[in-house]
Amino acid sequence: MRDFEYKAPATIDEAVTLLAERGSEARVLAGGTDIIVQLREGLRKADLVVDVKKIPELMSLAWRDDGGLDIGGAVPCHVLYNDAKVINAYPSITDSAKIIGGWQIQGRASLGGNLCNSSPAADSIPSLIVEGATCRIAGPGGERFVPVQEFCTAPGANVLTEGEMLVSLTLPPAGESSGSRYMRFIPRNEMDIAVTGTGAWLRLGEGGETVEEARLALSAVAPTPIVAGEAEAWLQGKPATEESFTEAGDIARKAASPISDMRGPADYRTHLVGVLVKRALNGALGRARGGDRNPVIPSGINLC
Amino acid sequence: MGKKIHVSTTINGEAVEFLCEARQSLLEIIRDTLTLTGAKEGCNNGNCGACTVLMNGVPVDSCLVLAVEAEGAELETVESIANEEHLHPLQECFLEGAALQCGICTPGFLVSAKALLDGHPEPTEEEIRFELSGNLCRCTGYDKIVRAVQAASERMKEVK
Repeated sequence: MRDFEYKAPATIDEAVTLLAERGSEARVLAGGTDIIVQLREGLRKADLVVDVKKIPELMSLAWRDDGGLDIGGAVPCHVLYNDAKVINAYPSITDSAKIIGGWQIQGRASLGGNLCNSSPAADSIPSLIVEGATCRIAGPGGERFVPVQEFCTAPGANVLTEGEMLVSLTLPPAGESSGSRYMRFIPRNEMDIAVTGTGAWLRLGEGGETVEEARLALSAVAPTPIVAGEAEAWLQGKPATEESFTEAGDIARKAASPISDMRGPADYRTHLVGVLVKRALNGALGRARGGDRNPVIPSGINLC
Repeated sequence: MGKKIHVSTTINGEAVEFLCEARQSLLEIIRDTLTLTGAKEGCNNGNCGACTVLMNGVPVDSCLVLAVEAEGAELETVESIANEEHLHPLQECFLEGAALQCGICTPGFLVSAKALLDGHPEPTEEEIRFELSGNLCRCTGYDKIVRAVQAASERMKEVK
């Protein structure tokens, strides 16, 4: 690997100053599980690597007074899925954190890094979208906030401009009678990139029999992770049943515009959207009704 | 040659200092500078887990850690698992159960499996397979490794 300068600033201001001064020569290092590979393989270049893990805001889980949570941009996945409060409030996020790479990757990789790497197949992005996360971004001009669904712009690209960095992901309070689930399809049990992934969140109406509000996000079926808006709208007020979820899956398939590649042909990915939307909604429903929120370990024929 | 950076860290309970370039991985330094050659370079991109070490108690792929990031950290390598007189039960069970063939993946499996059993002394087979999925073995087909971890879990229970 080509040598570079390494800096580990202690504050956001210092980091932003460094990033702004060096522009496209600088790269942010959080968990390093993508950027170190990319630098080593020459896919990205850096003359300066800015390690953000010494900045307290980037490494903290901060529960706000309103009951919401700010997840520091560099908090590693294993911290999230070992925290009962996070599991309980945002189970789709801990589903994702538990299946990004193996344990060694989860010890370093962060949701912020997964988001900034901006892969169309990123496992955490659908979950962040359906949990309603907003990106807090710091830059030379001050702070700005961008909803996660507007963050990625193309494969590997996002709205961050030179000098800007992701500080944290801001989650709204988890409401009553709600639940969420992230599922992906891969041809094995673990350590793979999603052929297709789906995040589902829903809130039930009084009595727990109807869907009051639903959110659905899909990965690996478009140049960026996307929202399945038509299916979300259709679900509103519908009975929380297998039939509704199957219909929602059929509608969600229309939002998919996948490519064919080594992981799967386009028509198969589109088919998977229907299957995963139904199953993820079922999982979210179980949790909204008080079921187990712990990340599900995929095994055997229960592939996702 | 780039500029050398001074790093102070703790490896297997001992204070250690080294000089490195920013681009060097922790794995390179552990093996080449500190001559702790237990951790292996397999894929060098975070897939195989042969280079697994514990960093502040958490398993990491040392090929995906910059050596400069070890400043102030507590590191444990496979060399810390046995004591001077005895192998660790995991090492005994790997030997007795022939849970290795070429042996390149074994140090990584031992570090991950020890971390697993330390936090979760009686994992199910499913949990062992899932939690060790970041370690690849191209020889054994995994069954003997899983059996060895189960046997070590039993043995560690008896010792207590």
